Amino acid sequence: MKVMCAMSGGVDSSVAALLLKRAGHDVVGVTMKLWGGDSDTGCCSVSDVDDARRVAQQLGIDHLVFNFADDFNEHVVAPYVDSHARGLTPNPCIECNRSVKFARLAERAELLGFDAVATGHHARVGQTGAGGYTLERGADAAKDQSYVVHMLDQAQLARTMFPVGGIQKSEVRELAAEIGLRTADKPDSQDVCFITSTAGRTTFLGERIPFRPGRVVDTDGLHVGDVASVEMVTVGQRKGLGLSGGGPKRYVVDVDMDTQVVTIGNEDQLLGPGMNVGSVTWVDEPVSGPVLVQCSAHGESRVAVIRSTGVDGDTVIDVQWDEPQRRIAPGQSVVFYDLADTRVLGGGTAL
Amino acid sequence: MAADSLIGVTETAITYLDHAASAPMRPEAIEAIMPFLTGNYANPSGSHRFARRTRQAIDEARDQVAVVIGCRPNEVVFTGCGTESDNTAISGAVARRGGVAVCSAAEHPAVLQVVEHLGGRVVGVDASGRIDLEQLASTLAAEDNVAIVSVMAVNNEVGTITDLAEVGKIVRRHAPGALLHTDAVQAVCWLDLRQVTPEVDLLSLSAHKFGGPKGVGILIERGGPQIEPLIIGGGQERERRSGTQNTAGIVATAVALELTDRERESEAIRLSELRDRLVAGLQRQIEGIVETVVPDRKVAGSAHVCIAGVESEALLYLLDEANVCASAASACASGAMEPSHVLAAMGVDRGVALGALRLTLGYTTTESDIDRAIEVIDSAVRKLKR
Repeated sequence: MKVMCAMSGGVDSSVAALLLKRAGHDVVGVTMKLWGGDSDTGCCSVSDVDDARRVAQQLGIDHLVFNFADDFNEHVVAPYVDSHARGLTPNPCIECNRSVKFARLAERAELLGFDAVATGHHARVGQTGAGGYTLERGADAAKDQSYVVHMLDQAQLARTMFPVGGIQKSEVRELAAEIGLRTADKPDSQDVCFITSTAGRTTFLGERIPFRPGRVVDTDGLHVGDVASVEMVTVGQRKGLGLSGGGPKRYVVDVDMDTQVVTIGNEDQLLGPGMNVGSVTWVDEPVSGPVLVQCSAHGESRVAVIRSTGVDGDTVIDVQWDEPQRRIAPGQSVVFYDLADTRVLGGGTAL
Repeated sequence: MAADSLIGVTETAITYLDHAASAPMRPEAIEAIMPFLTGNYANPSGSHRFARRTRQAIDEARDQVAVVIGCRPNEVVFTGCGTESDNTAISGAVARRGGVAVCSAAEHPAVLQVVEHLGGRVVGVDASGRIDLEQLASTLAAEDNVAIVSVMAVNNEVGTITDLAEVGKIVRRHAPGALLHTDAVQAVCWLDLRQVTPEVDLLSLSAHKFGGPKGVGILIERGGPQIEPLIIGGGQERERRSGTQNTAGIVATAVALELTDRERESEAIRLSELRDRLVAGLQRQIEGIVETVVPDRKVAGSAHVCIAGVESEALLYLLDEANVCASAASACASGAMEPSHVLAAMGVDRGVALGALRLTLGYTTTESDIDRAIEVIDSAVRKLKR
């Protein structure tokens, strides 16, 4: 097959390209230029592109750079900033997968005559007997990334490959080291690629949206502290709330953007019976009933019953936990797995 | 020609329409370079007979270059590349004279970025990429002290020719103390530099654009030292540019320049016919294709088009797959294609500019290259538009 392998310059996508080449595919490596500003991790720095290109040269495959900076800004950065302004806690990596890697890049790959797009994600594409596809957790449970690619549907899975999804991360590094790939011991990327660790999220957002101060109150309405910006407060947060020390652990249990009030409470008050999930996509057919639900990239999945409810014409999934769970910050991705905790069923965004 | 193992294809299998990026080295230049790579390695600044021979080779090369450019040999400074020549001219003028640098918005980054870095003024261009003369006049009139005005002789992306005599008149009228520099890197193959040089004080060239080697640039500094050197040290090149001379490259550059000059008029006629055939062929086959600049405003070897509904990055991939070498805009450090600042300055809509395709012809271009390019581009565009 003719496969376009998205190469970030990291070890996973380097080995993905290696495995595709070994499997006899006609492979072309592509690095996407996504962000024109400062960056210290992820896919955008010149040195990451250098790494990807050098690995491609070592593997004897062509390497291209595609400039998707406009798309990235429109579909990832701008919505990220806008979501924060609305008090949400977005996951830009998931939006990048949804709108750039598995949309813009995949469309271009198809246009250029490629049969599939491969990435270095630790997830697996399986086949059902009926000619359909499944999306499964990666073989390395600790590195599983099925959460961040949960939005793939049948048509996309038919044209998607995850070459390292079936092996352990340690094997990925061994394979890279064996043939002397320069990315073999490169650290895993962390955090959001368009925000530098030195400047940080607050600086990045502060340059783009007006911050409004917030009053911090307890569940009885008593004023206990102040924050510089309600936009930077997330449900479940414990630190940076301007509270006096001591006493039991206190968490943000609610943020009211309109009145600029942050409510804090103890751990019990953070717990809730369930939530609503919008913007839902399904890997195959819509699912209802008992499932496992995961609400962060490496969080645990918990049992819940899900059912579809219509709100203003949009499908909303009502999630009811088996037992009360901590509240999920609105904007976070919520992913549904089967009860065996291996297959992704679908997912959406916490409302 | 011999198979090139690094690129894995024979050169004859390639349809190379990217001469403005780099021209193939002329065989005569390769022949001239070899003795200095294999045998004559002496430092031209040395004081023995071996060194005197390399020194003589450089002196002779300088004489040859001066004849083609239309200047005196002692006005020729050999540098490391065209970008160095541009940097030296602009930074050196500002360092020596104070005041601001001024350039057009369509300049090559080797000029534009330097002017912006030094806090200079950037003057707009018209829809063909020619500097807006009225705006230039008002910009110069508004400044107390203009160190240098830099306007390219020929635009590297769209091929537009600047009337430097007109620019010179405005500079003399509104900023009489300013130097006039031209980046003539893209002009060598098409314009008689003897006509260009008298209009300017400083002129930059790059050897690999006309069949010389990479790593050699030329800066013409007319009428004695006008600017501060950028690279200081051992005082080579009459203290205009220190660093041991690249004897081999300089000798080959002179050979390539002389050949280019000798063939210039006949090649311009031949290649403008091929260029017209190329553009006409593309226009016949492809809907929604627009020639960016009309032929009579640009050099013979330049074909720049914008194709509606097609993205350059995707198109270039398919052309590359079919062994057709072309380009779009300039690439950034990562290798990603950047939206063209030249097209933006010309007022070309960003969506249209995304479909830019630059095809540049040169001395090795043949009729069959052109016919093959039309066929390959047509089929690639069909694939992308389906």
